[in-house]
Amino acid sequence: MRKTRLLEKLALLTVLLMGTAQVMAQATFPENGIADPRHGHYAFTNATIVKDANTTIANATLVIKDGKIVAVGTGLSVPSGAVEVDCKGKFIYPSFIDIYTDYGTPVRPQQQGGGGFNFFAQPQLETNVKGPYGWNQAIKSDVDVFKVFGVNDAAAKPMREVGFGTVLTHVKDGVARGTGAVVTLANEKENLTIIKEKASAHYSFNKGTSTQSYPTSKMGYISLLRQTFLDAAWYKNKPYEEGFNLSLQSWNENQGLPQIFEANDKWDDLRADRIGDEFGVQYIIKAGQNEYQRINEMKATNATFILPLNYPQGQDVEDPNDAKFVSLEDMKHWELAPTSPAAFEKAGIPFCITTADLRSVNTFWVNLRKAMEYGLSESKAMEALTKTPATILGVYDKVGSLEAGKLANFLITNGPVFSEKTNILYNYVQGIKYNVKDDSNIAGTYNLSINTPTGVEKYTLDVKSTSSVGMFGKDTMNTKFSFDGKQVKLSYAPMVRRQRPPGGPGGDPTQPRPGGFGGGQVPALPATATRLGGISNGTEWNGTGVDSAGNSLTWTAVFVKAADIKMDSTKKKDIPVVGKVNYPFLPFGNSQDEIPKQETMLIKNATVWTSEGEGVLQNTDVLLKNGKIAAIGKNLSDPAAKVIDGTGKHVSPGIIDEHSHIAAASINEGAQSVTSEVRIADNLNPDDINIYRQLSGGVTSSHILHGSANVIGGQTQLIKLRWGANAEDLKFKDWAGQIKFALGENVKRSSSTQGNNRYPDTRMGVEQVLTDAFTRAKDYKKKWDSYNAEKDKLVKAKKPLTGLNAPRRDLELEALVEILDKKRFITCHSYVQSEINMAMKVAEEMGYTVNTFTHILEGYKVADKMKAHGAFVSTFSDWWAYKVEVEDAIPYNAAIMHKTGLVVAINSDDAEMARRLNQEAAKTMKYGGVSAEEALKMVTLNPAKMLHVDDRIGSLKVGKDADVVVWSDNPLSIYAKPLYTIVDGTIYFDRVKDEQKQKEVDAERARLVKKLNGEKRSGMPMAPATPSYQIMHSCMDHGHSHGLLVIDADEFENQ
Amino acid sequence: MQKIFFLTIMMALAVSVHSQSNVLPAPPQKGLLFIKNATIHVGNGTVIENGTIQIRDGKIEKVGKDITIPQDDVQVVDAKGKHVYPGLILPTSTLGLVETGSIRASNDVREIGDLNPNIRSIVAYNTDSKVINTLRSNGILAANVVPQGSFLAGTSSVVQLDAWNWEDAAVKADGGMHLYMPLLMARPGGGRGGFGGGGPNAGGAQADPVKDGFEKIENLKAFFREAKAYIAATTREETNLKYEAVKDLLAKKQKLYVHASTAKQMLAALDFVKEFGVDMVIVGGSESWQIASLLKQHNVAVILQQMHSLPTTTDDDVDQPYKTAAILQKAGVLFAISDDDSQTRGRNLPFNAGTAVAFGLTKEEALAAISLNSAKIMGVADKTGSIEVGKEANIIISSGDILDMSTSNVTDAFIKGRKINLDDKQKQLNDRYEIKYDLKKKGF
Repeated sequence: MRKTRLLEKLALLTVLLMGTAQVMAQATFPENGIADPRHGHYAFTNATIVKDANTTIANATLVIKDGKIVAVGTGLSVPSGAVEVDCKGKFIYPSFIDIYTDYGTPVRPQQQGGGGFNFFAQPQLETNVKGPYGWNQAIKSDVDVFKVFGVNDAAAKPMREVGFGTVLTHVKDGVARGTGAVVTLANEKENLTIIKEKASAHYSFNKGTSTQSYPTSKMGYISLLRQTFLDAAWYKNKPYEEGFNLSLQSWNENQGLPQIFEANDKWDDLRADRIGDEFGVQYIIKAGQNEYQRINEMKATNATFILPLNYPQGQDVEDPNDAKFVSLEDMKHWELAPTSPAAFEKAGIPFCITTADLRSVNTFWVNLRKAMEYGLSESKAMEALTKTPATILGVYDKVGSLEAGKLANFLITNGPVFSEKTNILYNYVQGIKYNVKDDSNIAGTYNLSINTPTGVEKYTLDVKSTSSVGMFGKDTMNTKFSFDGKQVKLSYAPMVRRQRPPGGPGGDPTQPRPGGFGGGQVPALPATATRLGGISNGTEWNGTGVDSAGNSLTWTAVFVKAADIKMDSTKKKDIPVVGKVNYPFLPFGNSQDEIPKQETMLIKNATVWTSEGEGVLQNTDVLLKNGKIAAIGKNLSDPAAKVIDGTGKHVSPGIIDEHSHIAAASINEGAQSVTSEVRIADNLNPDDINIYRQLSGGVTSSHILHGSANVIGGQTQLIKLRWGANAEDLKFKDWAGQIKFALGENVKRSSSTQGNNRYPDTRMGVEQVLTDAFTRAKDYKKKWDSYNAEKDKLVKAKKPLTGLNAPRRDLELEALVEILDKKRFITCHSYVQSEINMAMKVAEEMGYTVNTFTHILEGYKVADKMKAHGAFVSTFSDWWAYKVEVEDAIPYNAAIMHKTGLVVAINSDDAEMARRLNQEAAKTMKYGGVSAEEALKMVTLNPAKMLHVDDRIGSLKVGKDADVVVWSDNPLSIYAKPLYTIVDGTIYFDRVKDEQKQKEVDAERARLVKKLNGEKRSGMPMAPATPSYQIMHSCMDHGHSHGLLVIDADEFENQ
Repeated sequence: MQKIFFLTIMMALAVSVHSQSNVLPAPPQKGLLFIKNATIHVGNGTVIENGTIQIRDGKIEKVGKDITIPQDDVQVVDAKGKHVYPGLILPTSTLGLVETGSIRASNDVREIGDLNPNIRSIVAYNTDSKVINTLRSNGILAANVVPQGSFLAGTSSVVQLDAWNWEDAAVKADGGMHLYMPLLMARPGGGRGGFGGGGPNAGGAQADPVKDGFEKIENLKAFFREAKAYIAATTREETNLKYEAVKDLLAKKQKLYVHASTAKQMLAALDFVKEFGVDMVIVGGSESWQIASLLKQHNVAVILQQMHSLPTTTDDDVDQPYKTAAILQKAGVLFAISDDDSQTRGRNLPFNAGTAVAFGLTKEEALAAISLNSAKIMGVADKTGSIEVGKEANIIISSGDILDMSTSNVTDAFIKGRKINLDDKQKQLNDRYEIKYDLKKKGF
């Protein structure tokens, strides 16, 4: 009997391979005892062999020897010396490869995490690691995992059980994490399981166990990477002054490897890709769950992605009081996260699949199948688990498909591997068999003969699994059964007729049916049950037993036929219907087909506040075309234009906020007093609801500033509030950058409750920090100038440049050189007159100008000096008394400064106040009697001037950008509401449409709540409803009214 | 009257700018005082054009169109072309308790402990705070001075803003007991993996804040029950100051101000109405619009703490905080508008009300929300809150619409008929630098 032989062989194999480490004996290792050389020479015949995602061969043979594949194909004969294993009905696949693990790495101490700057505690300014490393503890490029790797079978086993045979492992710690190694999951000595010792280099935006304060911000992480790239390039010449720097040396050595960046979030993916682009590195990106929200941007990276399969758990939103705090964004993400892999496939983006981030490796299949249910194809899944990672890592010659010469890393399954009912039976790693699931061996029909004192009783056993059996004879028996691969235990007793539960035939279908075969619960057997115990001898089980009367029995069960494996029904399930992806992925976002477009618009018969010499024009038309203001005048017409009736309405330039902290992933890099290298531009966050809220208040451009934690803060970014755009498209194009400086209490860390160890601690020290920074910048510039001159000389003389080493590029100083060269402008947080005066004196001495004094609450005391210096000023309307340096702040400040001839802006520094900047400007009318027109300029033309963009925005003038607000009333009145807010001729806020959007938000919420409640009723495990808190950044300077669900970023990160 | 003015100006020039010792509380008003030719916004919804207010010895004697002003020696203020309003009332504030936010030594606003019914804000109210005058300059003539706390925080008192000391200032002492409701909502415990990442599954485990919060509330109810029994008892072994301190509250002589934002918090607070019959006022109430009918049904008043704030959730109407007042008005809930975001911003009170007008209130309704309604909520409507006969003459005159910052300009203010000095530190600094830069000569 063919079947019989199969089972025999399989059973034999199990015995043979138990503890057969000698399959891969190592020549250099001395033998203790008797040599026992083996070759693990097997031929798996009659199998369906899936060689790779595109090649399946039926009725084929796979021959392995010494842990490698010798041959694979059809019509092969079993080589002599090989043991044949009949795999009829079985499938053989290359085992999977996980490219993102830390398998076998030492247990790490507690991670520090992302961490924000802690305003209340002392920073650790310098590295505290001994050794020839670089300055920052988070750069751990010297770590090679192969040096610390140790086989860990407890971790390998669950991975093998879900089908993995090979992994890339690395130490997940630090911003630069050193190298990764490709290892198999065999439980063998490390010498044999490491198949490529340096296969990859790893990076992240997480400093891990580094205790050093820098970097504390997302932009700080990016800056650290950027500077390290430059330092490493410079280090190649082994500059004597640097000495030996292992971190930089390793960094350089690692550059030739595949570069893998753990980003874990759609925007971070793009940030990582951008820093790679700057230095000619194409990162392979370890993604998060939300990339489907920006799939076009993902595609544009040209990166290969590593996709985790964890999805958010549904939340219990049954109670409306709890549900309302779960945001639409979170609910939509719950629904759409499983579509991410399919979105990558559809977009043609190459990707691998990883078990990383799963709550448990055991959930791999459930989640993978979910991704497939949502459209991921089988062949793509196969590729993502085999060929793609193997190719990336340069080990496709060893693993990733079934071909002669490759490692014998393969799976034997009882059906197509992606089918729901299929089990992986064995996972062979380097030719060594690891059992995964035994039950399908024994599932089938057996004839049971029991020798009782009264004669032989015959039964038929229908073995379903290792714990379930049906037993039929004259009567049907209740049974209890277990099989552990070798030992068989079976108890049985005659079935007792039970009363049907009430509710008619079948009873309550939701209740498990008692006593059913193979279904539900095993009924308790009476104490009088007959008990059998025995041993499996392959296709025959033999054993002894005791019956209810205490008589001894013997028994034999003989295999008759295997159970049919039920495959999935061929009917392909429809992909579930899900909501649309909105841009941005927030309420009031727009789906792909609703994204607002630039229009030709004619606003007729309005009161037009030009912020120009023409002043306020009555009954005037404004024509917007191609994103520009095309005409202002009476009786304009354009047949192509959408007409907006402006009768009784007012039109003003879009509001410009000189001081804002919205739409950024981090704001403060506070770990050093000079951080001119960090850039807000590196970490814009387009998913900020405040962009939309501020559009609703007429804001069209915001200057996103670094915080005020340090004297020389980071580089700022001017954005236009193009709701739905990505980070790059938010940026104001072709803008000369600015940089944030700060003085006073914040930079001397007055709020630190644990004292301050960061220089400076006084306003006296602030002056010296400025002086020192610019002195160094000048020296730096000089160094480069002389290098460039020397280089020019050599080039002109056609002499070789050898021996001429470029100075180290220092991005911190370069930003300051840009200031000296008038290519970058300062906006300086400042309050009291002494420090304002000081900042100007340092500037004048060093040869630069302070472009803007921002906050500048005591500006009125030194208005004449600022005028002489040539500074702009940007202030709050009426805040004061929240700290000592604002004691003398007065609401007349803006008016006095205006009257002395300064160009004055009113700014918000606050996500709430920003949407009422017109009202804040109107306060200058109350406090100081500024005219309405001049007041409006303080939030339009004047900020445009200080941002050096007054040639493009800030007033209504033909040729300028069509950044326009249509108001219901005089824009300086408290009763005015923006009806349309237009950026570049595109309507991004429309008060009527907003109402409609609100209805859509409510309807979409209702749909998702219903869906979640449905999941809950269907028995899916649900997480408790978790309020969707919003993280908001500020300069930690004063209080804000942001509402219940807003957590200050610094407060949050310091928890 | 004019003499007083002259004196004030003399002193302003003579005294150092940093102290405000020149701004003296005005002496009691004696005899008759008239405000004539005024557009009188009474505070109860009515407007009298070209009206006259007759004041005698600090009280309003007559209000109307046809009031004859005697020819003899009386004080007359001509408010031609101006708007006259009741003195505005800030219903919640830390005014006089906090001088400079970041200076611990200048903060007397939050006592240690969860159960502080015996704490009284009035005794720490600093009439010499330099912040006070800046509020008066914008027409705020009274404020409810509120202690902060982690749970039961103590009592607030209503003060008028022109006084020598807190006893002088008190309009109604200890009129409200303040309870800060537990959040009854989970707060994130740890890293949430950046924007868009993380989600509900991230974050560390923590004690159940909802359960803890309800337990805290139950404990307070138990405390009230014990206090009730203690008060009712004829003999006592010893005196318990905390029990004693809630006597007025349980006797309905004091209101319970419950600081709460969410519907859940507000609904939980209804327990105190149901079991102890207290008069309840919700402070905050950002979600009060969702349960307006229930609040009305239980006669619960609302103080909207901060009109100028962001919507609670990302999914909310972008203008929800601005629209809440109109929803409460429509539902018939008694409500007042406040601005208690730190001690200084109360001066923007009328503009918060103006915003409510842009989003659905009438101007007179909005005025009531910062005058008469506040007075009603605080139980001082018999004395103040509107320009009605028999009430104290707490009146302001503005050259333009007081609710709009572009027109608001308070020219005169009277507390009990006393014409108060509207100078403040900030005006003085303004004057000082107008002189320095010679701005007057330059045409400003």
